[in-house]
Amino acid sequence: MSESTPMAPGTSDTLLNPAPPLPPSPGSRPGKAEKPASLWSDAWHDLRRRPLFIGSSIMIVILVVMAIFPSLFSSVDPTQATTCQLATARQPPSAMHWFGKDNLGCDTFARTIYGARVSIVVGITATIVTALVGGLLGLIAGFAGGGTDTLLSRVTEIFFAIPAILGALLILSVFDTGNMWTVTLALSVLAWPMIFRIMRAAVITTKSQDYVVAARALGAGKSRIMFRHILPNAVTPVIVISMINLGMFISAEAALSFLGVGIRSPEISWGVMIADARPRFLEAPSPLLFPAAFLSITVLAFIMLGDAVRDALDPKLR
Amino acid sequence: MGRYVIRRLLQAIPVALGATLLIFALVFALPGDPITALAGEKRMDPAVADALREQYHLNDPLLLQYWYYITGLLQGDLGTTFSRVPVSQLLVGKFQVTINLAFTALILEGVIGIGLGLWAALRKGKATDTAILAVTLLLISVPVLVTGFVLQLVLGVQLKKSLGIDFFPVAGAFEGWRSYLLPGFVLAGTSIAYLTRLTRTSLVETLRADYIRTATAKGLTRRRVIGRHALRNALIPLVTYLGADLGTLMGGAIITESIFNLNGIGQQLAQSVYLREGPVVVGIVTFLVMVYIVANLIVDLLYAVLDPRIRYE
Repeated sequence: MSESTPMAPGTSDTLLNPAPPLPPSPGSRPGKAEKPASLWSDAWHDLRRRPLFIGSSIMIVILVVMAIFPSLFSSVDPTQATTCQLATARQPPSAMHWFGKDNLGCDTFARTIYGARVSIVVGITATIVTALVGGLLGLIAGFAGGGTDTLLSRVTEIFFAIPAILGALLILSVFDTGNMWTVTLALSVLAWPMIFRIMRAAVITTKSQDYVVAARALGAGKSRIMFRHILPNAVTPVIVISMINLGMFISAEAALSFLGVGIRSPEISWGVMIADARPRFLEAPSPLLFPAAFLSITVLAFIMLGDAVRDALDPKLR
Repeated sequence: MGRYVIRRLLQAIPVALGATLLIFALVFALPGDPITALAGEKRMDPAVADALREQYHLNDPLLLQYWYYITGLLQGDLGTTFSRVPVSQLLVGKFQVTINLAFTALILEGVIGIGLGLWAALRKGKATDTAILAVTLLLISVPVLVTGFVLQLVLGVQLKKSLGIDFFPVAGAFEGWRSYLLPGFVLAGTSIAYLTRLTRTSLVETLRADYIRTATAKGLTRRRVIGRHALRNALIPLVTYLGADLGTLMGGAIITESIFNLNGIGQQLAQSVYLREGPVVVGIVTFLVMVYIVANLIVDLLYAVLDPRIRYE
């Protein structure tokens, strides 16, 4: 990181960070080679060489492919009831059925593969929704200050006081059916205040920087200052926390499905599989342990990615 | 200090009211009619049903129902269930189970978290440090759902089968404090990891301070420098973290209670949500919200006591 230029807002040159260009510093010739590295290209340069980042990215790519095309990984389609044979229930793992069979004689491997979709979709959707809602409200509260800020901050305090799993349990029991979208909704409703707080704090710090004062003095409009000057420079912590949250959402989805209010049979999810395998768990552990392992690895991959990105974006923490 | 306490207390009131109203509104929105559900398969006499609805204020608008509930709550009345059991009576034994579980988790968290963090900080940059950080990453990533079942299988069942050690009961709360060891550890898992990282960071930072160099220069033993000078100062943020975590642990106990079949408020809550026992649900969640708010308040005040450098007006 020593060769990097100071992270002034105007020095960025990527699409992600479209801050206004500063006049070139004296002595520097315009040209590609002379372009100073932005925070993002610098972080990318650093990330590419981190084993933690490479490892977690590979795992995530595999999981996403698994979620989109599960049939690539398994020749058995577990959504077809005919593939289950009750007579073979709780068969231990074998060459034919790698993960054995569950309590209803269904192939655990195929079900585990097909279960990835729910986790990935819930995790990614909830992350995007919370980042957008919490980020936008946090930007508004931090920028506007005064009454708007007080009101929004009080509202988030109320949400913080409600234990997450209990709140999600209540929200989900309002719906008669549980599916990916209701779970996403419940998790988003409870998680946006966290993003709000982080965004608000970052915006308040950024707001008093010289370049924002300069932009204001030059007559830039409110929305221009908010979206072109403040947002690109305050968004980093939100991205980092969002990535770590993604793993937490996947974990929460499994917990809610396990409690019977999230995804429900016949839809396949790792939480549902764990709940289904539970009654006979001590005699036939594999139908529970395999989805549990996939769940843990998925959460681990996203948290590792978040850790790696945080280290790359925030050199002070190293 | 006095003015700060009063201000914090006043700030807690709208949060408590808002959170309970939100929960109340959600329970109010639950599908189905609890009075019809009460009768089960048989059809209830409409006059009886109407009388019951009147008695439980079910025909009144939401805000009025909430008003009845809050005024009752302030007089120490948590309401009654639809089968006429006072909610407070229903919850007494169950709170005990959850509180035992949460405190076991808190003690394990404190001992293991601070211990591991201290060890890692003193070996900063060495293999031990890296190994401990990797363990915390695992503890954060593996969901409670997974650690619960895996530890149940490995420590509860396999250990007994293979070595004959029957130390960790896997279900229920019949073995005194031993029943809470395994669930307590499972519940504390993520918090242990965060506390370990926090301890490590806090201690590493403290060890860089000038007074530590002075203490070492005076010729004090390493043990005394770390124990008396570094640890005491590094502990301040950790105590506050532990305090604030109590609310989180009690709120998160529902999964652990389910896995280990502990009959605490989490189990009761899940059951009451299915049975649409509005008063019980609101009672439990209100209690948990209060624990959270009070714990945070105490932690904020404790901060000032522990660290004299912090002054509130």
